[in-house]
Formats: sequence, structure tokens, C-alpha cells
Amino acid sequence: MLEIKNLHVGLEEEDKQILKGVNLTVETGKVHAIMGPNGSGKSTLSYVLSGKDGYEVTDGSAELQGVDVLDMEPEERAAAGLFLAFQYPVEIPGVGNMTFLRTAVNAQRKARGEEELSAAEFLKVVRAKAKSLKIDADMLKRPVNVGFSGGEKKRNEILQMAMLEPKMCILDETDSGLDVDAMKLVAEGVNALRDAGRSFLVITHYQRLLDHIKPDVVHIMADGKIVKTGGPELALEVENNGYADILAEVA
Amino acid sequence: MAALDDVQVKEGVDQETVEAVQSVGGKYKYGFETDIEIEYAPKGLNEDIVRLISEKNGEPEWMLEWRLAAYRRWLQMDEPDWAMVDYPEIDFQDQYYYARPKSMVEKPKSLDEVDPKLLETYEKLGIPLKEQALLAGVEAPEEDRRVAVDAVFDSVSVGTTFKDELAKAGVIFCSISEAIQDHPELVKKYLGSVVPQSDNYYATLNSAVFSDGSFVYIPEGTKCPMELSTYFRINAENTGQFERTLIIADKGAYVSYLEGCTAPQRDVAQLHAAVVELVLLEDSEIKYSTVQNWYPGDEDGKGGIYNFVTKRADCRGDRSKVMWTQVETGSAVTWKYPSCILRGDDSQGEFYSIAIANNMQQADTGTKMVHLGKNTKSRIVSKGISAGKAQNTYRGLVSMHPKAQNARNYTQCDSLLIGDKCGAHTVPYIEVKNNSARVEHEATTSKVDDDQLFYCRQRGMDEEEAVALVVNGFCKDVLQALPMEFAMEAQALVAISLEGSVG
Repeated sequence: MLEIKNLHVGLEEEDKQILKGVNLTVETGKVHAIMGPNGSGKSTLSYVLSGKDGYEVTDGSAELQGVDVLDMEPEERAAAGLFLAFQYPVEIPGVGNMTFLRTAVNAQRKARGEEELSAAEFLKVVRAKAKSLKIDADMLKRPVNVGFSGGEKKRNEILQMAMLEPKMCILDETDSGLDVDAMKLVAEGVNALRDAGRSFLVITHYQRLLDHIKPDVVHIMADGKIVKTGGPELALEVENNGYADILAEVA
Repeated sequence: MAALDDVQVKEGVDQETVEAVQSVGGKYKYGFETDIEIEYAPKGLNEDIVRLISEKNGEPEWMLEWRLAAYRRWLQMDEPDWAMVDYPEIDFQDQYYYARPKSMVEKPKSLDEVDPKLLETYEKLGIPLKEQALLAGVEAPEEDRRVAVDAVFDSVSVGTTFKDELAKAGVIFCSISEAIQDHPELVKKYLGSVVPQSDNYYATLNSAVFSDGSFVYIPEGTKCPMELSTYFRINAENTGQFERTLIIADKGAYVSYLEGCTAPQRDVAQLHAAVVELVLLEDSEIKYSTVQNWYPGDEDGKGGIYNFVTKRADCRGDRSKVMWTQVETGSAVTWKYPSCILRGDDSQGEFYSIAIANNMQQADTGTKMVHLGKNTKSRIVSKGISAGKAQNTYRGLVSMHPKAQNARNYTQCDSLLIGDKCGAHTVPYIEVKNNSARVEHEATTSKVDDDQLFYCRQRGMDEEEAVALVVNGFCKDVLQALPMEFAMEAQALVAISLEGSVG
């Protein structure tokens, strides 16, 4: 599904290298987690993959289903099936949540040459999906993320993911700012989307999210590289011993 | 789930925006020219031209005298220069002041007799001149969504629809030139009573040379059975358009009136100086909505319309209420301040405005709320959007006179900047001469945020769709004040006029 080879990335505005040769393969239908200390480059990886401005790829490649995405516009990557659940979802005043969703869904369908959803069809689908995430009619009507609580924002991200049905989902610290109940709800939303044809890359600081979203593979990232890869037990090791031991071990 | 169904309506509207952006692809959509034989008055302005215009319209002597008085006054006036706009000096002798299609010399008796080329023009613009037609893109039961149209082409009114049916309700809706002949008592009584002949340079010029425009009279206690609209089209070259609109709402009357305007794409700037007067008697209400989309000039500021307009409502009667809503997207230069004189006790004035300036456009627009009566209320919501190298100024006056006991005003003035070469300016004037009056003013300035655009694009929208969505969100309070048909057109326009403003 996603194949990243020797990815080197720096900041556009200053001479600073952030990713220093990332190699990562996420197979179709699998859930991979990336853990790592602050500043290791986890969020940068998610932004570079989704096409945010301000980064410069100096070497390496990233392919989604065999197609290099690094030269594509962000919306082209989205239409190709790449989705990023933001760590800090952005507020868009005056734009209804539903309007935003429908515009996004239809933009992607159009880009893929599919027929657009009518208002009625869309409404039916969104109501059903919103219900399972405990998103009420009022939240669908309010402007995108404006005045949403931390939990509401993250649930809203998962709703967008459910509506857009991406192939490759990247979750950037989706657990940050969530209480236990909200985290469970979000995790259930994600688990409901797990599918043989869909892959996930879950970026997190803590093991606790991985109690709910069980990963197939866990990677440890440090200083712009994947330094260790293992099974779910690796996350537990981090939880118990912190990163210091692992970093010392690979150093 | 009633709330959700509510959302669905908005959904459809936003989809329109997106489709409009995609189908139009960034060009001024109305820039075509109608190839038609035009009869001009000689170039330049003098008393003979004023007489000629009056004669062409078959006006009575009192009207000619009124025009001549205005013309003589105009000669003694100077062009105002206080607005934050900059344009080359206008040579008022290098313009035509009257142009009409030759086929309109003999006034057609009904729309069936109008030159098909003219009808085609309006069809192309999406303006229905057939009475059964609806405004483009609106699906609704026919009886709910009928709109009567007065179509003004250069200096003359081409025709007015639904006249007979309106007449049954006692509503007079016709061109002002017809009204001068058929309803002289009303015209004499009210013309110039809100915007006096000598009000300002452009209004005075208009008083001397106005050629046509719309006239509306809603009798006492009548709710106008449908929305009224006027569609102004400039076609002829080097020709100024000077339309005059007069709307009178008698006691307890109600009318919603829409106004739209477009012009062909030309390299030479053209002058448009209109006057709109609204008269409101006791308990009456007028909603006046404008979507102004005159040709804005090209990217380098070549050509476009100079839009110098005086619009004013006089709430003479107690408890009368007026609402101005404007979406200003076109014109190279805009100088326009739709105002409310709140004379009657408990009268109310509202002003909702979206002004978009892209490329080299300059807009200096706002309102005046003059509170004279007790318990008068006014509300101003202004959304200014600047992109490219454009300059956008909100200029507004709130004036509480000594007798305006307990008067209230609320002003909200928001500016949005796209890019770093444009400017937004806010110039509020507040005068309070009554201690019980209350005036609130809120102002914000923001930029279209890169994070917002990235968020939209990560979800699949292209950059222009994303900008349109964010800007429409910014304008929402005002778009909601527009009638349904106009809301759609306005949303589409917001998107189109910002094409090319990013990247």
C-alpha cells in the first residue's frame, strides 16, 4: 500500500534536516504504529506524505499503491486515497460541517471520475455514520470545528475519514487531548473502518491508544529515522521502560 | 431531524458555488457584446443633450425643467475626492449620454415585439423575460418563486414582466420614463425627495441626464405578490449609464426588490452613476438587494466600470423598516454608500454588505445610518474581501441626532485579506448627540489561513474550491440576508471573482 524509501526531508525556509532516511512499508490491510519521542519527525512524516507546504524532499521516494505521491498536489493525493487525521483539526468559520463534508466527498468523486452524491444520498450516509460516532445533528450543522471540544474535533476527523473511505489512513496523534471515554469512541470508529483493503499508520506518543487500536507492526522513530521495528510488544516495552533504553540499544 | 433538513438547503447552495467555479474557469462570464444597431445622442454634455434626452423620453415640461436645474447646478460642483480611490480624470465631454437600440425607437407594446437579439442577451445572462420562467437554477413551485423583471439595456427599458398581474394587486412596476408619463403625480411628489437634485456631484449629474430605470409603487396595506427585480445591462461603448430608481412603499406595504448589473469586457473604462430613492411610509418595509457585477477591468486595471452610485432610503413613517443587502464584486472603482434616514419613530435600517476587490479593483463603500426618530435601530454588517493588488475600504457614518432618544446601532465590520499585496481599510464615523443612544462597533481583519486551505485540500478540494469555501464561510452572515435566488448567484460570484487570487 505505502512504500517509503530512504526519505530525506528538510525545512524549506531554514537549513534543517528533519527526516534522515526513513524506510517504511505498510502492507494492504495492516495497521502500523509509529512511536517516538518529541521532535523525532513523526508529524513531519505525516505532513510530507499529505503534501503540506514548507518542506523540501531532498532524497528518497514515497509510493502509494505503486504511484509516487511526492510530486502530486495535496488534493490529488487525497483523491488517490490518502487521508490525514490532523493532530490539530482546523476551524473554518461560517462553513457548515455538512457542507464541508459534502464538498470534500464530491470533489474526490469528481477527481476520480465517479458520479457525485446527491444531497439526499449524502444525507442518508452521513446520518448513519455520524450516529455511530455519537455526532449529533447539531454538530453536523455547526461550522467546521468552531467551538468543538477536543473530543468533538477528533470524532469529527474520524467521521470525515468514514465518509471519504480512504485507502491509506494516517492518524497524527489522534489521542492527544482526549479523555479515556473519548479515546475509546475514536478507537471504535477507527476499528470499524479496519478492512482488508485499507491500511493505517497510527502516530502516537503513548501505548494507551494502541490498547484500543491493536497494531500489527510497531516502529520506533528517533532523530528522523525508524530505529526499531517489532510487534505490539514493542509498544509495551516503550510504555514500561521509556524510549531511553531502546535508543541506547540501537545507538 | 428538522435541523438537518435545514442544512440541506445550504448544501445545495454551496454546491452551486463549486460548479460555477468549475464551469466558468476564471473568466468574467458576462463580457460578451450584443451586436445591435444603436442610436446615440451626440457625444458630450450640454443643455441641448439634456433637452434631447427629455425629448426622447417624451417628457412633460416640468421634468425637463427639473433636469435643467440639476444640470446648471452640476456645472458649479466639483468632483468629490475624499474617497480612497484613484482613477484618471474623467472627461465628461468624451462620453455619450444616451444610447438606445434602434429597434426600441418605436416602443414595443409587449415583450413579444422586442428585438429577438435583445431577448437573447437577457437569456444569455440568465434573466427570464418570459413570464412563466424562473431565475436560472431555482427549482421551486412556480407560484412561490416568480420574479417580475424590468430589463434596462443601455439607456432604455426593454420591457417589464408581470405588469398586468401586479396591477391587479394595485402595484405599479414600470420603467421610470413610463411613470413620468402615466403617474406624474407620484413622480412629482417623490422624485428627488430622498436624494435632492443637488445632493452630490454624481447624483446631480444623474438628475440631469438619467435616461431610464425602474419605478415601483406599493399601495397602502399591500404586500407585493412577488419579488421585483431590475436588470441593468451596459452594452454601448463610451456610454455612461445613468439609471434612476424610485420605490415608494405606502403605509403598511411590503416589497422585496432585487437589482443586478453586468457589462461587456472593454479596454476603456465606462461611467455608471445611478440614483436609487426609497420612500417608506408608516409600517412599511422594503428589502433592497443588489448583486453588482459590472465588468471589473482586466488584471492590469485596464477598462472596467466606474461605479459612482447614490442610494438612500427615507424611513418617513413610524415603524418602517428598510434592509439594504449588497454583493459588490464587479466594477474597477466603486463609490457607493446605501444609506438610511431613520426619521420615523421606531424605524429600522439594516445594511448587509459583501465587497470583493481583486486584481486592481478599488472599492470605497459602506453606509450612513442617520437616526432622527426615537427608538430607531440600525444594524451594519460589512464583509470586505481584498485580493490581488486591490484596495477595499469600508466607510460608514452612524449619526445619532439630539431627538433620537434610545436609538441603537450595532456595527460589525470584518476584512479578509488574500495575499500580501492588497489592502483593507475601515473608516467609521460616529456622531452621538443624544445621551440615551447606544452605538456598538466591532471590527476584525484576518487573512485566509494557509492551514485552512491545506485542511480543505487534504480532504480533496482544489485550491480555488478551498478559497471559495473559506470566503463564502466568511460572508455567511450577509449571504443569509439575501433572497434565495440571489444567494446562489452571489455565492457563485464570490468564487468567480476570486479566481486566480491564490498561488
